[in-house]
Amino acid sequence: MKNLLNFLYRNNFFFVFLLLEIICFLILIKNNGYQGSSLLNSSNKISAKVYEVEADAKEYLLLKDENERLAKMNTFLLNRIKLGYAAIPLKTYTVHDTLYKQEYEFMSGKAINSSVNKRNNYLTLNIGSAQGVTNDMAVITSDGIIGIVKDVSENFSSVMSILHKDVRVNCQLKKDASYGPLIWDGSDYRFSNLTDIPTHAKIKKGDTVITSSLSGIFPEGILVGFVESYEQRPNESFYTVKVRLSADFKKVNHVSVIKYNYKTERDSLEIKSQVQSDK
Amino acid sequence: MINNLIRNSVRFIVLVLLQVLIVQNIRLGSYIILFPYVLFILLLPFETPKLVVLFASFFIGLTIDMFYDTAGIHAAACTMIGFARYYILKLLSPREGYDPGLIPNVESMGPVWFITYSAIIIFIHHLFFFYLEIFRFDEFFRTLLRVLLSTIGTFCFVYIVQFLFYKADRNK
Repeated sequence: MKNLLNFLYRNNFFFVFLLLEIICFLILIKNNGYQGSSLLNSSNKISAKVYEVEADAKEYLLLKDENERLAKMNTFLLNRIKLGYAAIPLKTYTVHDTLYKQEYEFMSGKAINSSVNKRNNYLTLNIGSAQGVTNDMAVITSDGIIGIVKDVSENFSSVMSILHKDVRVNCQLKKDASYGPLIWDGSDYRFSNLTDIPTHAKIKKGDTVITSSLSGIFPEGILVGFVESYEQRPNESFYTVKVRLSADFKKVNHVSVIKYNYKTERDSLEIKSQVQSDK
Repeated sequence: MINNLIRNSVRFIVLVLLQVLIVQNIRLGSYIILFPYVLFILLLPFETPKLVVLFASFFIGLTIDMFYDTAGIHAAACTMIGFARYYILKLLSPREGYDPGLIPNVESMGPVWFITYSAIIIFIHHLFFFYLEIFRFDEFFRTLLRVLLSTIGTFCFVYIVQFLFYKADRNK
């Protein structure tokens, strides 16, 4: 017995080490059971307090992100309310003025279908003849021109977008009013070509392109896009200008349909004089 | 003596807080996990009685276990290096022995000595910790890789952090 105690005493370092390791393993094994020792996990007073302080500090650092997240959530919810309860205004806005005659009337509608990747692209609007839409009306968004109404049913209308081989809208450079038809070549929905621009026009990249009153459909001065590049093609005496369209055709949602009040009068006059001169 | 006790207690608290509040939030992937708190055991003065080293290691291990929810694993690994430290110090001892009153840091022992000393101890700690954590051998090489990478990571961290306690010790 004395020898044993002696032995233990001489090797106390090793035995204390062994004892501590055994304690560690006991804790480890005990903690694997159902009743984990509550003293040694992060739910005890000290570590819980430290973590609480840490979380508080972190919360302050993340306030900005949190605010942004809340703001986003708010906008999202507000949008939901608006969509849910506000009726889409389908009224026509008319102004009676004795000095100025109203040439164009605007109606708002919503694109419920659209495409950009076909050769001839169409949009469908949720307003139709019942709301006063007829053929050959112009369609724009707040960003730029979209297209021309082609067919109308009672509550819907079909719109040829300017991304269509048959749509030629007369457009002009805002700077010097050189005009020409805007024709889409079918490649990229973000660009279209403004053709027949005289070579004396001084074009710069970034110049604004707007609609011209020559089209007879669009009011003058509606934004079309910006000059991306221009070239004189072989055997042509005009410039072809590549225009970056300002309207994003992938995100068309709310649109305005434009009614030209004197369209019939203008068309019949133009046709009449043509017929007369042909005679 | 009392001074020493206070200094080491402060170091204990600072390192535990550093580990729990800052290092725990550094995420470098699942292969590099840093445990710079072992610096506490590394920096215990040379003349600390070996049993005190053992108990101090056990205690800091338990404290870290409390925060990491690892129940005894850190304590086991720390007790192991507390035990091994005695023999490693003996092995690395210069011919004339250690000067009393010194602590094993870069300033007093030089970088080469400190790198050998801390690398061995950190490696033992991580070896023990990661294998105890996984507690089986069927991810042997992945765990080994984790041990090696984490050892390198912790070592770099420790080497930098020990300069934090540098000035205080020089001023004594």
